[in-house]
Amino acid sequence: MEKMSRVTTALGGSALTGRTMHCHLDAPANAISVCRDAAQVVVAGRSIFKIYAIEDEQFVEKLNLRVGRKPSLNLSCADVVWHQMDENLLATAATNGVVVTWNLGRPSRNKQDQLFTEHKRTVNKVCFHPTEAHVLLSGSQDGFMKCFDLRRKDSVSTFSGQSESVRDVQFSIRDYFTFASTFENGNVQLWDIRRPDRCERMFTAHNGPVFCCDWHPEDRGWLATGGRDKMVKVWDMTTHRAKEVHCVQTIASVARVKWRPECRHHLATCSMMVDHNIYVWDVRRPFVPAAMFEEHRDVTTGIAWRHPHDPSFLLSGSKDSTLCQHLFRDASQPVERANPEGLCYGLFGDLAFAAKESLVSAESGRKPCAGDRRHPIFFKRKLDPAEPFVGLASSALSVFEMEPSSGSMSWFVDTAERYALAGRPLAELCDHNAKVARELGRNQVAQTWTMLRIIYSSPGLASAASLNHSVGKGSSYGLPLMNSFNLKDMAPGLGSETRLDRSKGDTRSDTVLLDSSTTLITNEDNEETEGSDVPADYLLGDVEGEEDELYLLDPEHAHTEEPEYVLPQEAFPLRHEIVDTPPGPEHLQDKADSPHVSGSEADAASLAPVDSSFSLISVSHALYDTRLPPDFFSALVCDMLRFYAEQGDVQMAVSVLIVLGERVRKDIDEQTQEHWYTSYIDLLQRFCLWNVSNQVVKLSTSRAISCLNQASTTLHVNCSHCKRPMSSRGWVCDRCHRCASMCAVCHHVVKGLFVWCQGCSHGGHLQHIMKWLEGSSHCPAGCGHLCEYS
Amino acid sequence: MNRGGSSPSAAANYLLCTNCRKVLRKDKRIRVSQPLTRGPSAFIPEKEVVQANTVDERTNFLVEEYSTSGRLDNITQVMSLHTQYLESFLRSQFYMLRMDGPLPLPHRHYIAIMAAARHQCSYLINMHVDEFLKTGGIAEWLNGLEYVPQRLKNLNEINKLLAHRPWLITKEHIQKLVKTGENNWSLPELVHAVVLLAHYHALASFVFGSGINPERDPEISNGFRLISVNNFCVCDLANDNNIENASLTGNNFGIVDSLSELEALMDRMKRLREEREDEEASQEEMTTCFEKEKKESLFVVSGDTFHSFPHSDFEDDMIITSDVSRYIEDPGFGYEDFARRGEEHLPTFRAQDYTWENHGFSLVNRLYSDIGHLLDEKFRMVYNLTYNTMASHEDVDTTTLRRALFNYVHCMFGIRYDDYDYGEVNQLLERSLKVYIKTVTCYPERTTKRMYDSYWRQFKHSEKVHVNLLLMEARMQAELLYALRAITRHLT
Repeated sequence: MEKMSRVTTALGGSALTGRTMHCHLDAPANAISVCRDAAQVVVAGRSIFKIYAIEDEQFVEKLNLRVGRKPSLNLSCADVVWHQMDENLLATAATNGVVVTWNLGRPSRNKQDQLFTEHKRTVNKVCFHPTEAHVLLSGSQDGFMKCFDLRRKDSVSTFSGQSESVRDVQFSIRDYFTFASTFENGNVQLWDIRRPDRCERMFTAHNGPVFCCDWHPEDRGWLATGGRDKMVKVWDMTTHRAKEVHCVQTIASVARVKWRPECRHHLATCSMMVDHNIYVWDVRRPFVPAAMFEEHRDVTTGIAWRHPHDPSFLLSGSKDSTLCQHLFRDASQPVERANPEGLCYGLFGDLAFAAKESLVSAESGRKPCAGDRRHPIFFKRKLDPAEPFVGLASSALSVFEMEPSSGSMSWFVDTAERYALAGRPLAELCDHNAKVARELGRNQVAQTWTMLRIIYSSPGLASAASLNHSVGKGSSYGLPLMNSFNLKDMAPGLGSETRLDRSKGDTRSDTVLLDSSTTLITNEDNEETEGSDVPADYLLGDVEGEEDELYLLDPEHAHTEEPEYVLPQEAFPLRHEIVDTPPGPEHLQDKADSPHVSGSEADAASLAPVDSSFSLISVSHALYDTRLPPDFFSALVCDMLRFYAEQGDVQMAVSVLIVLGERVRKDIDEQTQEHWYTSYIDLLQRFCLWNVSNQVVKLSTSRAISCLNQASTTLHVNCSHCKRPMSSRGWVCDRCHRCASMCAVCHHVVKGLFVWCQGCSHGGHLQHIMKWLEGSSHCPAGCGHLCEYS
Repeated sequence: MNRGGSSPSAAANYLLCTNCRKVLRKDKRIRVSQPLTRGPSAFIPEKEVVQANTVDERTNFLVEEYSTSGRLDNITQVMSLHTQYLESFLRSQFYMLRMDGPLPLPHRHYIAIMAAARHQCSYLINMHVDEFLKTGGIAEWLNGLEYVPQRLKNLNEINKLLAHRPWLITKEHIQKLVKTGENNWSLPELVHAVVLLAHYHALASFVFGSGINPERDPEISNGFRLISVNNFCVCDLANDNNIENASLTGNNFGIVDSLSELEALMDRMKRLREEREDEEASQEEMTTCFEKEKKESLFVVSGDTFHSFPHSDFEDDMIITSDVSRYIEDPGFGYEDFARRGEEHLPTFRAQDYTWENHGFSLVNRLYSDIGHLLDEKFRMVYNLTYNTMASHEDVDTTTLRRALFNYVHCMFGIRYDDYDYGEVNQLLERSLKVYIKTVTCYPERTTKRMYDSYWRQFKHSEKVHVNLLLMEARMQAELLYALRAITRHLT
């Protein structure tokens, strides 16, 4: 204790000064160590061994210890340590297993003092006793630790870790006799220097090698360890069993760890691979480093705090051949860059949202809670006044629950089960699916199916009539006008649209009009937990309200409008549809989005007949008259599919894709199709609709999809005689060369479907057994078992 | 298409060594006799393997669990002499072929084929041709490299270097592969591929080194199988471990009483252990030792013309070359001694600067999760595996011997351990063993039964298999170290 104070007083008068700086070394460094006067640092590596003086503005090379014409392997250092009591004394660990001590007081050029060649393998670490002048400890790859008394020629005692290589040894700062050693197999051992026969204590600290350890300079029992498993753990050794008190997860294996002086909870780490930065962690905040030094361009191999009582200077050496001094105040602080908001969906559609408290309280005032929505639950974290980062830590967490009805996906399940996708003529499929959709109240979808039918099957009187009928029916649903709820859901798409429009310099008044409401909506969007599927009827309700604009699609109208829409047409397929889509639902939808737009178009539309049924006939008539080839519409249909997919109704997109088959497939790129298929299949499987999903897989034409149900189709069977697995064929065993599966009815080998009774394990051809059991309930093999076939 | 013919009785096709060929030319009437050895290995009498096998329930369990083909193949049978090791081997192999990984299953098998083809290992090729087709690979690819996507083809260069001269791999090679473009590899994919390549290069060494026989089920003929040519000449197989025949092997191996050989070896090992304490080799001495060992490895094979086929001869007469070469480019590229290229002066790989435990593991595990642990366990297992026996002697510490074997393999790939005295290699490994090691690790396809028989004549077969395991893993680790170091350099 008395000596410690001397160190401080020695420097008490002049506070350390300096700046963030670096100097280039000739070769990569493996380790560094600081002299106790905090004014010199030694750098050691495979082909470098130098002492630098740390001056205010720069490092100055003071001494090159690597002398001699042909440097021997003894100079290829894995580790270096400077004695904390004697500033003339250094020790190095060589890669060839030699421990060398150096006396800077020697008058000759060669400062090499003593050579210990007792280790058989590379020495990984050397360590001086913190208070004893002559005691040196080494840990080697050969699994031994040796304690040397520098007054003698060989080791005083040898400690066997009884395991693989020793990676680090550290004398305890407070306990005179104790040292800790870490091993490649993940163990940490505690030894008493007087008892070389066995360790005092051993525990497994990490999964994989423990590369480093460091005793806390003040806290008697705390030991920090770092391992290949990318963790830094802090152990309390005062208790009976070593207890893990803190754990920091880093992003790469930890090569060195050093407690920060004067900061009880801070430690610095650097990593062995990939990551070149040095981090200073507050162990109580294990997720975000308190500070980060990013100067090095290759892995940092050695770190050391410049002075044992000054927390602001950190020195580091690196494989990029530089020596750096880092100033704590120049460090970058990842906390500042961190995003203090978090958002996450729960399993049942609940949404949790955490943000800085100030942010939440400011916003909560204007948050429009829909009437039927339950109020969010608020959690507030209790703050520990002792903790750091108090300002940042005060966050609020709100949880929003899902509205029970809006989460229901029964329509999805019903639709999936009832849709017909193949096996009938196109017209029938479309009609069937339209009917299904209508019955489920999804009129928009029903309309789409009807339209598809009209486009792709040969047109005739019947189709016109049917169209008339269906639309008429659709419009007979009296539905309320679009409400604000609906608008919100449209908002994201719309918002982007307006923004883009503006960026193109298009100053159409209608979009500007919309702008204010849109931005408002997007702001709120964070808090909306609405499922992405909009109840279709709302949309149609809107359609009803603006019926007169619905059917304004005349060919001339479309053409006259076209030039005006050139810009949006490129950017937004949605717009495009307004122009020349036959009155399909997507058209309606778009109108629903922007009533203002439709309003502005009213003049142009005035030519169109107002009577809906009349206009309908005229539309189909027009189509028929011009004899447009189905190809004419394919671009539209594709846009329509994309629209559905974007709305989240991937079911519709995929169903149409399958039903239409070759007619549209070529117009949509393979990847998009694949994407739709996988999303739909994923959804189906979540609802346990295995049959439907398999049907979809089967009907898909994309190679990537259709191979889905070809994976893991193998059924492994064991031979019924020798009980070994049968590898090549399912009916004859390679080992005992007998046929394993004989039909109990016809006594032939079964090569196809084999059915067997789970009671008596006799069986045979599926057909034979079925037939047999029609006539008899006993086992065909004559074993007397009453077999059941269900 | 049907190059393999209708897969005739596969074991009948044996390659003839130059010596026998000369004899055959003189007397055309001599018919090649059927091989005398049956069972999983041409080198090891069947009963040795089978005996060990029937007792071992554990092996069967392992095979059921981890084998991709679902049966006990010959490699597994031979390896099952060391069940402990077998488990980690099968687990890691199963993981890289079947479990989560960035590459699609057929690609993995195709990469295995490419790797095995570098050593003309028809055994592994056939095995993976089957697996490749079973996992849904496109049969057309098996017609040769020109039928595979460019992306896989790009792997050729690294395959070639890794197999024969891994020290030439630089970060430029890695950059070329991962450079964004149509056919680029992502880093995880590349690491997966590298692990597969290294694994199958090394496994080819084991197959040839242990004289693994072709599998006995030629009934699945898909036209892509190669004629299973065993690379062991009948004359090799005929002399079943006869000491008289040792005289055939030339002046290298005089008829020494093999018993005394063993005694001498054990004596040297003991001396080495004791000497360590008092006698210290100077650093210069050790450095020169490494250089000497490197240089000497030059002559180990080239000086021994009897065993090595003259190069031209070798290529002319390889029946299978044409068949195998469709999976490789530049078939002439082979191992070149690390020490020989003095002009280029490639720096020695310092083992301490890039170790598997510190660096290799972290990189592999980061890019291809979990394989690091499996490989780590495997390396550790093979390095520490010992039964404390040597031939008939028990309770022997074989650490020095195992380390010598491991480090000698690394030495041939230019990897040097600062803390190893290469003089030990000279004392512990006799010349015939060095010949064998060098052949198995560098040109495994040239291994003959005579080489296998000529070293350590008193040792059990299971011990020789142990040697092969060590060689295989040392080779794999060496390849991985070079490849991973290049990837690390690319990353930094």
